[in-house]
Amino acid sequence: MTSNAFIAFQKNEETRCIVEAIVDDNPGAIVVEQPAMVKVDVPERLVIKRATVEEKMGRDFDLQELQIHLITISGHLDETDEEFTLSWQS
Amino acid sequence: MSVTSLGAYEFEPRDALARYNGKQLLYINWERHRMFSRPFVIAVAPDMPFRTVVEDHISSYSYHPDYEHIDWSKVIWQNSEEVFTPDFDKSLADNGIGHKDLIRFTTPGLDGLNGTGY
Amino acid sequence: MDMKVAKKLGLKERYALMTRDLAWDTTYQPMDKVFPQVSYEGIKIHDWNKWEDPFRLTMDAYWKYQAEKERKLYAILDAFNQNNGHLTVTDGRYINVLKLFLGSTSPLELMAARGFTNMGRQMVGAGPRVACLMQAVDEYRHFQTQIHSISNYNKFYNGLDEFAHQQSRMWYLSDGKSFFDDAITAGPFEFMVAIGFAFEYVLTNILFVPFISGAAYNGDMAAMTVGFSAQSDEARHMTLGLECIKFILEQDPDNLPIVQRWIDKWTWRGTRKLGSVGMMMDYMLPKRIMSFKEAWEMYFEQNGAALFNDLARYGITVPKCFAQTVAEKEHVTHQSWIGFYMKPDSTNFHTWVPEPEELDWLSEKYPNTFDKYYRPTFEHWAKTQKAGKRFNNKTAPMNCQVCLNTMKYNEPDDPMKTCFRSTKYKGEKYHFCSDPCLEIFENEPEKYVQAYISSHQVLQGNCAPEGVDTTAPDFNPAEHVAAYWRLDPNATGDFDGSQDQANFAAWRDQATKN
Repeated sequence: MTSNAFIAFQKNEETRCIVEAIVDDNPGAIVVEQPAMVKVDVPERLVIKRATVEEKMGRDFDLQELQIHLITISGHLDETDEEFTLSWQS
Repeated sequence: MSVTSLGAYEFEPRDALARYNGKQLLYINWERHRMFSRPFVIAVAPDMPFRTVVEDHISSYSYHPDYEHIDWSKVIWQNSEEVFTPDFDKSLADNGIGHKDLIRFTTPGLDGLNGTGY
Repeated sequence: MDMKVAKKLGLKERYALMTRDLAWDTTYQPMDKVFPQVSYEGIKIHDWNKWEDPFRLTMDAYWKYQAEKERKLYAILDAFNQNNGHLTVTDGRYINVLKLFLGSTSPLELMAARGFTNMGRQMVGAGPRVACLMQAVDEYRHFQTQIHSISNYNKFYNGLDEFAHQQSRMWYLSDGKSFFDDAITAGPFEFMVAIGFAFEYVLTNILFVPFISGAAYNGDMAAMTVGFSAQSDEARHMTLGLECIKFILEQDPDNLPIVQRWIDKWTWRGTRKLGSVGMMMDYMLPKRIMSFKEAWEMYFEQNGAALFNDLARYGITVPKCFAQTVAEKEHVTHQSWIGFYMKPDSTNFHTWVPEPEELDWLSEKYPNTFDKYYRPTFEHWAKTQKAGKRFNNKTAPMNCQVCLNTMKYNEPDDPMKTCFRSTKYKGEKYHFCSDPCLEIFENEPEKYVQAYISSHQVLQGNCAPEGVDTTAPDFNPAEHVAAYWRLDPNATGDFDGSQDQANFAAWRDQATKN
């Protein structure tokens, strides 16, 4: 049985770029839009890469900054300066 | 089992009989008439005749269209799980109805609105 | 001369230096005297340094990001206030959701703050201490920002102003009070599993995600913004809870049965608490985002399954009550709304019969149960209300001794039969709504014999305002309850015919015409 890791954000201009970065870096990513929020599911493992986000945003970005926009997550979290990863071990 | 605690953990029950000034709590439920959501509770004297329960309190159910069709001679009475035949002229105490007992009554053939149990 | 520039420390190193490495074991007093609560529950911890906050948050980052959230939040609240934002909600019925939320949820945030403040003191490891203290500040933040946000509505609508007084007294707010009283009087590890894990990780998504999205969908910018802002903290709370579970289970195999028992207990207590939130989603949002059934499937059944699949490696099993919650998701919201609709004199918010198209939505979302069990009741009530005989059940409720909900649930295999369980303890009888509540009682009866059951307190004569002689022979408890609860008569009753309805319509009219 595959478990999905997911992350949900408030909808705004910053998260639009973050979600684009997630889709680029995670084949199998499913984006669901709901009023005022956007949710991204990835089977087993979801990774957000700072470099990709910066490329989309056109400015420097600290991964901890995404906390301002975060609604909820699913999966074990591992965060470094470069990557924010959510994963399940089935 | 009991509470794991740092020290003594003993409390008086908040609803002990002594707190009701000579009355006892009684719950009443009309089975398969869940439009009323939940049983109701009253505080009554133990020497109150069972008849008074029916006349003064069960009439709270009169809003339901089934109410006027109740055949009181066919009603099945329960004290929680136990079926019993109440003596309408005897007191609650003499009918074996104690503090915090739940009286459930079923009206055979009357199963709520459209037979939904509500 | 060349300046040697030291390489900037990575996130992991910074975090370790600012938390674990600033702590020490005490020598003036023994550690077990300084931390007196961490062993009595039977949980064994051998190495506190193994606990690490996955968010690796230190105070500088915490304040920076929290300050940013506050700036954004209050800017939106100001704009909402200035712009008569309350008039952009779908219709005036929506505002009743906020009245119920304010009484049932916001005070619990305060209780959580108190609980996490205690955790911040009792946890031996510096990592969990810091994370718990941040969570405590977050929960104070949630309590206050929710009140600030909803206060915008208090200026215009009835039923919002006495939530603090009502929380510990009213019949339908007891379930939340009881939930947190139970948690906050438990030991630190049980508190962490109950709130940090079961509530924050397993269940919080049900409370906030669809509900707050629903607020957005209904034009309530104020609630939406405070809800999302709180949720951004929740991700850290969820992570704290999950990390604690892993940490406890990895420390000693003896911890497993204790933790499993807590997971079983608190998943159930949380499920019972969330029924009214489901009711808000299904009945109180004029524009509905999803059904409670769908939310339960997405956030509990699927997400919960992923979680418990993962934790299986520690020997954790899916909570005992899992199957029962799945069966009950088809029923609880309808049962809850029935329970509230029929008590128009005893709620600080209005109720109403759903419109025909809303009944159709419910039929579509609940194909197995709505038409079969619930539609006839609502149609009957619509008819009788039209005929001037709105249903008003003036009786007092029977409640479950553990979860404090009214006894409105059905037998698991018979939706037409009310579920009754009971037991005797030290000569006293107690009643329960379900098998899981009965089991919780039997495990720790002393915790629940002292439960504050509102209808019982009324009958004891404890619910009258000061100055009323409760010993007088003609004292009738029912007469004084509304005053004791400080229940505003303008806030009670059906939405139809209420001041709120008239005012909302008049003001909205004014907002669109000269």
